[in-house]
Amino acid sequence: MPDSPAPGPSISRDELAHLATLARIDLSDAELDHLAPQLSVILESVASISGVADDDIPPTSHALPLTNVFRADVVVPGLTVEEALSGAPEQEEQRFKVPRILGDEQ
Amino acid sequence: MNAELMPYDEALERFDPALGLEVHVELNTASKMFCGCPTEFGAPPNTQTCPTCLGLPGSMPVVNRTAVESAMRIGLALNCEIAEWCRFARKNYFYPDMPKNFQTSQYDEPIAFNGWTDVVVEGPDGPQTVRVDIERAHMEEDTGKSLHVGGATGRIHGADYSLVDYNRAGIPLIEIVTKPILGTRELVPLVAKAYVAQLRDLLLGLGVSDVRMEQGSLRCDVNLSLAPRDVGSESDGAGRHALGTRTETKNVNSLRSVERAVRYEVQRHAAVLTSGRPILQETRHWHEDTGITTSGREKSDAEDYRYFPEPDLVPVAPDREWVERLRASLPEPPHERRARLQAAWGFTDLEMRDTVGAGALGLVEETIAAGASAQTARKWWLGELARRANETETDIAALGVTPADVARVQALVDEGAINDKLARQVFDGLVAGEGTPDEIIAARDLAIVSDEGALSAAVDEAIAANPDVADKIREGKVNAAGALIGAVMKQMRGQADAARVRELVLEKLT
Repeated sequence: MPDSPAPGPSISRDELAHLATLARIDLSDAELDHLAPQLSVILESVASISGVADDDIPPTSHALPLTNVFRADVVVPGLTVEEALSGAPEQEEQRFKVPRILGDEQ
Repeated sequence: MNAELMPYDEALERFDPALGLEVHVELNTASKMFCGCPTEFGAPPNTQTCPTCLGLPGSMPVVNRTAVESAMRIGLALNCEIAEWCRFARKNYFYPDMPKNFQTSQYDEPIAFNGWTDVVVEGPDGPQTVRVDIERAHMEEDTGKSLHVGGATGRIHGADYSLVDYNRAGIPLIEIVTKPILGTRELVPLVAKAYVAQLRDLLLGLGVSDVRMEQGSLRCDVNLSLAPRDVGSESDGAGRHALGTRTETKNVNSLRSVERAVRYEVQRHAAVLTSGRPILQETRHWHEDTGITTSGREKSDAEDYRYFPEPDLVPVAPDREWVERLRASLPEPPHERRARLQAAWGFTDLEMRDTVGAGALGLVEETIAAGASAQTARKWWLGELARRANETETDIAALGVTPADVARVQALVDEGAINDKLARQVFDGLVAGEGTPDEIIAARDLAIVSDEGALSAAVDEAIAANPDVADKIREGKVNAAGALIGAVMKQMRGQADAARVRELVLEKLT
């Protein structure tokens, strides 16, 4: 959590470093120093929207007032194995071949 | 590798366990959660994919209506409230089992929440009912399957690379999460097992999942923590204390393992805490073969997943009429079902508890439906197959013997084609995967010898070999016939009708 006393949202250098790790983006110390204040400015600009919305306006996640858009549980043909694997940089045993994974299964 | 453990009884003297269970259930819909790909288990790799479940650019998901309905039925069967309005959310993480780099799930708006189910366990003073409160049941999608190549064990560590099959990615998954289960003391492993067994029966009854634990269509994560018993000041007055740090043991995938994993973690936590070290909040791996857990990764905080509402799927808002229609069509609750079946089958309380405890209730029910009597169905499942399941450390439902097989074996016994002893050899064959009962009888030559000539000759031979016994029978000591019957049965390798052999012995000697 940020310690910054400044009002409005901001992002600390540590938070940025953590986010970069989660996003698998390798940032140097210089880049962290450079980007953290910039991201804070962006967050503050976006946050100014909440000054316009009153308490009785819920956050919007969808632009259209639609609900319950469903499909029937029916099988439709998908891709052939060849098509499915055509975009794979590497394949083996009819599977997508990916680099060794560091860390753990979800 | 093996952590130090405190004896179970001592651990319970010092600590109060708190249990939480997360169960993932794959629904048995024909198509996936957000696309029309088929969901068959065991299909060749990457033969059930499309742009949506491969996360290709421009593809758009659409929710499977049957999956939503199944989720609501599960929620209602667990006495949950059904959300009037809820959204899907993106759970972001980088791991190649989801090609989109996020899993479509639900976050703070589950479709079902605030439920409960009562389970019955065998306590020191007889059967005991424990209420398990349900926190939530939410909809999400399953992930692909990774095969780790290289390294010694097929696990991630030491692997050179991984091969991914996306057939499973996008199969509808319901995650059912309990609230902390407190105050169950030494019964905690039994409560865990009974809850998962009950969930399995309930899901089978709803017909929403195959619930094959060995195929991964029902998977269980065990959360466990211990709180010291002797901190009176922190007690809430009901003898309960603040919860300790928990560990989450992933992929505990058989009923037996659920019980073992809970017990193991109680003993391990107790040993760690007593030595003055902290319990790390982490995920742990359960090892079926050695019966231990090992450290996995440190648990990510929810905020690390950067959940946000899924913009490509509109909210789900089931109208109340739909919900009530589903509620009205629910099958009977587990406790009512048990009472009805017990009355119909004429089982004693003990027989019923054994049947439920062995996870064989549905199996016995199906066997009876396939034509066997209640007592013969119980005899084979509880007397014969439960023992084999125990010996081989397998779930009884995964032995490879179906209710139809058991009913067929009993029908063959009733016809006199085989006897109980031969029936056990048929079960050997079924467990070994040698085919149907009739195929096994033919292949192993197990049919009872009904050739009277051969039987008669064997009886004559036995009489000649045991003149003393024969004399006793001639003198009227009919009970002595047992020795001759035994000799004949041995000679016939068990493949004779013992009652007929007895008749022949007595005909010849009296």
